[in-house]
Amino acid sequence: MLAAVGAKDIAELFSDIPDETRLKRPLDLPPPMAESELRRYLKSLAGLNWAADDYACFLGAGAYDHYIPSVVAEITGRNEFYTAYTPYQPEVSQGTLQSIYEYQTMIAELAGMDVANASMYDGPSAAAEAILLAMASNRRRHVVVSRAVHPDTRSVCKTYTAGQGVTFSEAAISPDGTTSTASAASLLTEDTTCLIVQYPNFFGVIEPLAELAEAAHAKGALFVVVANPIALGILTPPGAFGADVVCGEGQPLGIPMGFGGPHLGFFACLEKYQRRMAGRLSGMTVDSRGQRAFVLTLQTREQHIRREKATSNICSNEALCALAACVYLSAMGKEGLREVASQCLHKAHYARERITRLPGFQPAFAGTFFNEFVVKAPVPAARLQEGLAGRKILGPVDVGRFYPEYAGLAMFAVTEKRTRKEIDGLVSALEVIAG
Amino acid sequence: MKTVEPLIFELSSPGRTAYSLPELDVPRKELTSMLPPGSLRKEPADLPEVSEVDVVRHFVRLSRLNHGVDIDFYPLGSCTMKYNPKINEETASLPGFANVHPYVPEAGAQGLLRMIFELERYLCEIAGMDKFTLQPAAGAHGEFTGLAIIRAYQASIGQGHRNKVIIPDSAHGTNPATAVMNGCVTVEVKSDARGGVDLEALKAVLDGDVAALMLTNPNTLGLADENIHVIARMVHEAGGLLYYDGANANGTLGWTRPGDMGFDVLHFNLHKTFATPHGGGGPGSGPVGVKSRLAPFLPVPTVEFDGERYYLDDDRPQSIGKVRGFYGNVGVAVKAYTYIREMGAAGLKRATEDAVLNANYLMAELKKYYLLPYDRYCKHEFVLSGNWQKARSGVRTLDISKRTLDFGMHPPTNYFPLIVDEAMMVEPTETESRETLDRYISVLKEIDREATEEPDKVKGAPYATPVGRLDEVVANRKPNLRWRREG
Repeated sequence: MLAAVGAKDIAELFSDIPDETRLKRPLDLPPPMAESELRRYLKSLAGLNWAADDYACFLGAGAYDHYIPSVVAEITGRNEFYTAYTPYQPEVSQGTLQSIYEYQTMIAELAGMDVANASMYDGPSAAAEAILLAMASNRRRHVVVSRAVHPDTRSVCKTYTAGQGVTFSEAAISPDGTTSTASAASLLTEDTTCLIVQYPNFFGVIEPLAELAEAAHAKGALFVVVANPIALGILTPPGAFGADVVCGEGQPLGIPMGFGGPHLGFFACLEKYQRRMAGRLSGMTVDSRGQRAFVLTLQTREQHIRREKATSNICSNEALCALAACVYLSAMGKEGLREVASQCLHKAHYARERITRLPGFQPAFAGTFFNEFVVKAPVPAARLQEGLAGRKILGPVDVGRFYPEYAGLAMFAVTEKRTRKEIDGLVSALEVIAG
Repeated sequence: MKTVEPLIFELSSPGRTAYSLPELDVPRKELTSMLPPGSLRKEPADLPEVSEVDVVRHFVRLSRLNHGVDIDFYPLGSCTMKYNPKINEETASLPGFANVHPYVPEAGAQGLLRMIFELERYLCEIAGMDKFTLQPAAGAHGEFTGLAIIRAYQASIGQGHRNKVIIPDSAHGTNPATAVMNGCVTVEVKSDARGGVDLEALKAVLDGDVAALMLTNPNTLGLADENIHVIARMVHEAGGLLYYDGANANGTLGWTRPGDMGFDVLHFNLHKTFATPHGGGGPGSGPVGVKSRLAPFLPVPTVEFDGERYYLDDDRPQSIGKVRGFYGNVGVAVKAYTYIREMGAAGLKRATEDAVLNANYLMAELKKYYLLPYDRYCKHEFVLSGNWQKARSGVRTLDISKRTLDFGMHPPTNYFPLIVDEAMMVEPTETESRETLDRYISVLKEIDREATEEPDKVKGAPYATPVGRLDEVVANRKPNLRWRREG
């Protein structure tokens, strides 16, 4: 091959690298391992972590231990899907393009929106993209975000928009754990581009979307709802309350918790905003043979065409995770998703009822909740966490880690996977630890 | 209309299910008793009602309409579609990595934190940088993070007014889009006759407002910049910083390091250089590395080691904040970690050498049939032009690519970089054999012959694919982005 190239050796091919920038020693990396050694070694590393398989997981706050049907990994593990890239050549990418189209349909349907995109990095970055969409639509530079929105989401929103001089105000949390509409209304101005709330919010509490939407729209701001997609199996979709954008973390839809990623940012909006929506879109069209087919569409919104005038710089997304969500929602179906949501709701309510019957335990917020709730315990959350870990139970989340004003409060998430036996075990353990 | 595969919704039949959930084992209550008034969804979401075998067959049939690296050659330039070793998939799916909650106590994440910490150290060594973050989820996300770090650093030293980002005309579209997201304005510099940054043009735009130069090296022509050390000196002297877009790192890994070239910040694409799969568009991972003076500005939390335990450090007051929830695409990181441990230093360098040899071999053979605008040794990729064929018979690069599909291979990146007319950007990667390269050469040679002798055949391609050319105009004019139930 070198002869065909006309080079005397490999080094000649690198002769354009200036001498002063060359690395003149081998990289200092661990010696290579054979596959058999690697597998053993990585198993040992993995074994140091507390997998949800071996524990009863009551942790939530943005990542949830839901049941993943076996069909999901079977399909996402097909190399035709996972070794392809962005479907730039639609003639050999109909599998990816059609599954994205189906996914877009399911997300729009769940959210009560007109359209959805092919995916974004995760829930928090999807919320940040919602701000960029709002700013492109109304040219305003102030954001009101509820303090009951996940702290990661609030942080990402700020980082994403800091360079563009966007300012933020945080709407206060009412004693019942919902966002104070009065506080939000008082912060909304003629320069507010959007109001962002979470549904259910960080504390699991279901927000009064109708009145919050009204407050946002009264000032001409967009209403952005960061939603839990499993909750949308049972809750009225934000679209019905007047949301302009519905986005969020799609991890609960058949994607492993994976220590935080890869997850799935889903993003849906009203049709009037679709040309300002960032990310890939798969659209239906026809081919030269008169067949229905799918293609990446409205690409003039995107960075590879529009460069500095693009809505966002997003290129790679989380396509395989979107496929997982699509397969998950197909497998759960109309009835199954509602049943998952219903079981989460029932089990979380059963758990809170039992926990708050323990001496010294009481609900932190009176607001109605979905699959997550906060309690005030006689001992700080960190102590509970430590005590429970020894009993193979994961949780609660220490709310004080994110909210100094709620120091010591404990948050439990309960999915359909938790059995009554596990919940009862948690309650007895809490009684001992706090006793 | 004829359909290749029905939509999952069209397979739906009322009452059919695929799910399996245990009976509710806690007392059943009225749903409305647990929800605020008006918040119970009136109609269930209109999702498919199908059986498990319906689901499996539908998606398996869809999968068979796709081309992937595991099927045949995929020389998509700047995307580094190398083979993805299967051991990586296996390790990443171990429950101890895949099934761990991100808020598990640190004691229950020591293996994960150690993996992240070590991977960051390896990337530092490979890049010649001092500290890394794995938080960015993709290359463009890394660019955003890196430029935000530069802006925060400059603000901290009283240089916050700097808002000009210099970008060569050969750059990826993500670079200018990234600059604007960070509140900067972009200034384009042209390339010189050898495909590198034109030093005079660069000199003309360097002033006290320059925040950074964003550079891909090797660039999107597949050429290493022969003056990179001079460029770095010039930008630094003007008070600007250098951002390295690592999309093309597969072209020089082990031979030179961005940190030694003078770059201050960079991202790598784990899904390109470090062999993690592209997933049909993601998930990727775009870790960002910085020189030590920029380390305080990295996103929180960082992963640290105190000699006994690994921990997350949130207490970094100068941090730009978070760019993503939790800690990044950790599952992708596990695959890249596995890859680096399997390859070792010599293996990684060898991969780059093979990638460069493969590219130069293809270039040497293909320039006999296609115009090669920049004729010098390339790195991992090179750019041809379809201008000869266009002039001869009106066959365009698009047609050549569509015809390539009929031979079971994926075409190169088309019409990019913008500075080459009718561009075809070819990146074979190191994992292709000479036999595959020779097969590709014979395919392109045959298409060149067809372009002369049977141009309409090329213009009408593809023929052997599940669908023919698509009407993109209709798709754009009247976007149909979702299915709706009729009636």
